[in-house]
Amino acid sequence: MSIEFLLNGERIEVEAPPMSRLLDVLRRELGLTGTKEGCGEGECGACTVLLEDVPVLSCLLPLVQCEGRRVDTIEGLARSEAGPLIERLVSLGGVQCGACTPGIVVATCALLRQTENPTRAQVAQALAGNLCRCTGYEGIHRAIQALAEP
Amino acid sequence: MHVLRPRSLHAALEDLASDARLRPMAGCTDFMVPGAATGADSDGILDLSLLSELRGIRWNDDWLEIGALTTFAEIAASNFVQEHFSALVEAARQVGGWQIQTRATLGGNIANASPAGDSLPVLLALDAELELSAAGGVRRIPYERFHVGYRETALGAGELITRIRLPRPAPNVHQSFRKVGTREAQAISKLSVALCARVDDGIVRDYRLAAGSLGPTPIRLREVERAVVGRTANSETADRAAEIATHQIHPIDDVRSSASYRRWAFARIVRRMTLDAYASSLQG
Repeated sequence: MSIEFLLNGERIEVEAPPMSRLLDVLRRELGLTGTKEGCGEGECGACTVLLEDVPVLSCLLPLVQCEGRRVDTIEGLARSEAGPLIERLVSLGGVQCGACTPGIVVATCALLRQTENPTRAQVAQALAGNLCRCTGYEGIHRAIQALAEP
Repeated sequence: MHVLRPRSLHAALEDLASDARLRPMAGCTDFMVPGAATGADSDGILDLSLLSELRGIRWNDDWLEIGALTTFAEIAASNFVQEHFSALVEAARQVGGWQIQTRATLGGNIANASPAGDSLPVLLALDAELELSAAGGVRRIPYERFHVGYRETALGAGELITRIRLPRPAPNVHQSFRKVGTREAQAISKLSVALCARVDDGIVRDYRLAAGSLGPTPIRLREVERAVVGRTANSETADRAAEIATHQIHPIDDVRSSASYRRWAFARIVRRMTLDAYASSLQG
């Protein structure tokens, strides 16, 4: 089945079974391996992408539901609005093994689109669905708070 | 395998009438999980996600009507729900994490019929009603009659849940919801409890208690309610509620918890929630 959607601002057409996980289409068909597979069952947040600006899990998103819609992945966001966040995550200890990082960046971008200077509680709520087993989240909070600093 | 994507409820119900084996899907937060009971492995799938007429929240006389495809993120953000149904907001905010709340729908949580569904005890305590639609017509049933056994529902062949209806609560009804899991977010509940209670002049006038993950279906604890309504609001009554409550549940040992922990924690939560309802009535 041929599915057309807007991916990172570009119109694309993918030939794949309708119930393919968007995660697999991104990684295997399109070579966009920035989106990571963690648990594959909606628990860890590593595969987060934006669907019409809203954070969703690409492991639970069938390709068919992307038809005609706007999807943004870490690759697109890293080239645009996520740049300063990624720099601060790296410099302030927000990254260790890195497996959760793309999902954390995507979810944080979604939060920042809604709330310019989020409080620590808002960040914790927004990232509740992103598991990080290395950093203890402190470096991640530091990096996001540092965005508000000049 | 084929996926049908109707653009109107009418078309969806016609599709379902012509092939009752079609599996409906919406937010997919359980449907797409490998090995989940709802199973994306069926031959034919009916994707409901384009039915915008089943999204949204509005008042219809004294009932709040929530379209079955309304997501938990939309429910938690709704002014109507925030103002009148605080327990539902609490439950909506504790479903999975943000990425789950943006996709998971209230109708899906109900149709999925897991005894651990987060919103289900709240809907029981709120006296929710369901609107079920089929090509042949629409019917309404009390939500309490929907779950008839473990993952078995009263949904007939060709029927979809189309709306969830909540009666406007009387003033001064205290609502609470508590979910116990391994962590705050992303945990499937070990147990969950919802209470709507009204205390006037020190007497319990209304008391509706429901629980999840403590039996094959979410349960409304009618015997506790009968034992408590009309009594003086004090710690003895709270103890009595907790005592009777533990005899009305059927917890099991499973990967998430043990039956004995569930029983113990449940009694504590019922007692605490009951006392909180009294305290809130004193604050007026």
